[in-house]
Amino acid sequence: MKFTSVFDIIGPVMIGPSSSHTAGAARIGRVARDLFGRQPKWAKIHLYGSFAETYKGHGTDVALVGGLLNYDTFDERIKTAFADAKKAGLDYEFIPETANTEHPNTARLVIGDDEGEMSVVGISIGGGKIEVSEVNGFKLRLTGGMPAILVVHDDRAGCIANVANCLAMHEVNIGHMEVSRIERGLTALMVIEVDQNIEDKILQQISLIPYITKVSKINN
Amino acid sequence: MDVLFHNVRELVARAEQEGKQISELMIEQEMLMSGRSREEIMAQMDHNLTIMEAAVERGLKGVQSVTGLTGGDAVLIQNYIAQGKSLSGDLLLDAVSKAVATNEVNAAMGTICATPTAGSAGVVPGTLFAVKNKLNPTREQMIRYLFTSGAFGFVVANNASISGAEGGCQAEVGSAAGMAAAAIVEMAGGTPQQCSEAFAITLKNMLGLVCDPVAGLVEVPCVKRNAMGAANSLVAADMALAGVTSRIPCDEVIGAMYRIGLSMSPNLKETARGGLATTPTGKALAEKIFGGAVVQGD
Repeated sequence: MKFTSVFDIIGPVMIGPSSSHTAGAARIGRVARDLFGRQPKWAKIHLYGSFAETYKGHGTDVALVGGLLNYDTFDERIKTAFADAKKAGLDYEFIPETANTEHPNTARLVIGDDEGEMSVVGISIGGGKIEVSEVNGFKLRLTGGMPAILVVHDDRAGCIANVANCLAMHEVNIGHMEVSRIERGLTALMVIEVDQNIEDKILQQISLIPYITKVSKINN
Repeated sequence: MDVLFHNVRELVARAEQEGKQISELMIEQEMLMSGRSREEIMAQMDHNLTIMEAAVERGLKGVQSVTGLTGGDAVLIQNYIAQGKSLSGDLLLDAVSKAVATNEVNAAMGTICATPTAGSAGVVPGTLFAVKNKLNPTREQMIRYLFTSGAFGFVVANNASISGAEGGCQAEVGSAAGMAAAAIVEMAGGTPQQCSEAFAITLKNMLGLVCDPVAGLVEVPCVKRNAMGAANSLVAADMALAGVTSRIPCDEVIGAMYRIGLSMSPNLKETARGGLATTPTGKALAEKIFGGAVVQGD
């Protein structure tokens, strides 16, 4: 079931003009920033399908940049996001693509700073609701409706149990979990949806577990 | 987690069995799914209602979009109603005007509440604030109007689509109009079954509606499609309250809408590559607005 709340239908409260192209775009930008863990210094934003055709008219561009600046869907500052980005030291570039994607409203954000970079694919599925379908090349399905932890780790026995134990110690309940890997025995990604927002100290503890290379989160 | 209803048939059956309104089932399901209290959920919807009210008020004062393509029509219609000469009826035109008001604010990048999307955000509040003057609902009944709308939208979103890029305008304004029709029926004292009939009658008459925004903007023809969505929903609600039923059951109409959306050309699904967007005037407007614009941000 894609839509789980009445407020996906009657909502969100947002700046116009389009729930999928403006509000959804802001949410994709914000989730990407969350996953990156800080404000990026640069962003290359690839747009596909309807996003590529109509992004200027829908304010998709300002909304994506607004999201990267941590603006919510109803934040009036979305309108001035380009000027704000300049002040905040965020360079951005939009690249409309002609390739067909599974969903018509798809954006691939490659964001980074001096310390690293990350690629996030977000899709806007209607009414402002989004899903993250790929992070750093890993396929996944993340709705952003629940807080989640993403853990990149070596594909070895015991990693999953260690992370689950750490969460159990802090009484964090796991709602949904999936693991994917690009190639057997190399790197894998754990996506863990949880019931409550995660404190930074828990993330830090997870990052100290052997064979864990990267930890990020999305709060709700 | 299991939900209380997956489709309109289950929704109506459960409402009749338990002697509850559709709005009540939507509230109960939200409590079940989110684990939040009734008070919290009602308060959030109350907030959304306040946002809708403010958007209508703002639009009725007159707004203009950045491009100048839309704005000011809500005021024109209100002035016309005040002259006492309306042919289609004051309540209907009031709903039309308030739907237009909301979408004019949306086009001007103002604050609105998506119902179920921003491009179709006018229909539900437009009809609500017009019907309000006739039915004198309590604040709680007005909040319930939004839950009834939400229940039908919830079914459409999960079983079909509410995205113009996926299903065309029928998925957006079509869904919104059906949602409003069902909510009007409940507020007017109709049965859950009549809500379902009103939804079906409305959506049947919006099937096939394409999404062909001029210059890719949520302005032309979106604002006026909300106007007609509001009119459609009021007429369908009256028909259902009069006892008229839909020969094709509500869920099957929703299924038809979904399949029509799938077979619709991508040119007619929010890409601005067909329909009104590619008329000579549509293209000229797009050129005027975006001609020579650079893609890269600075």
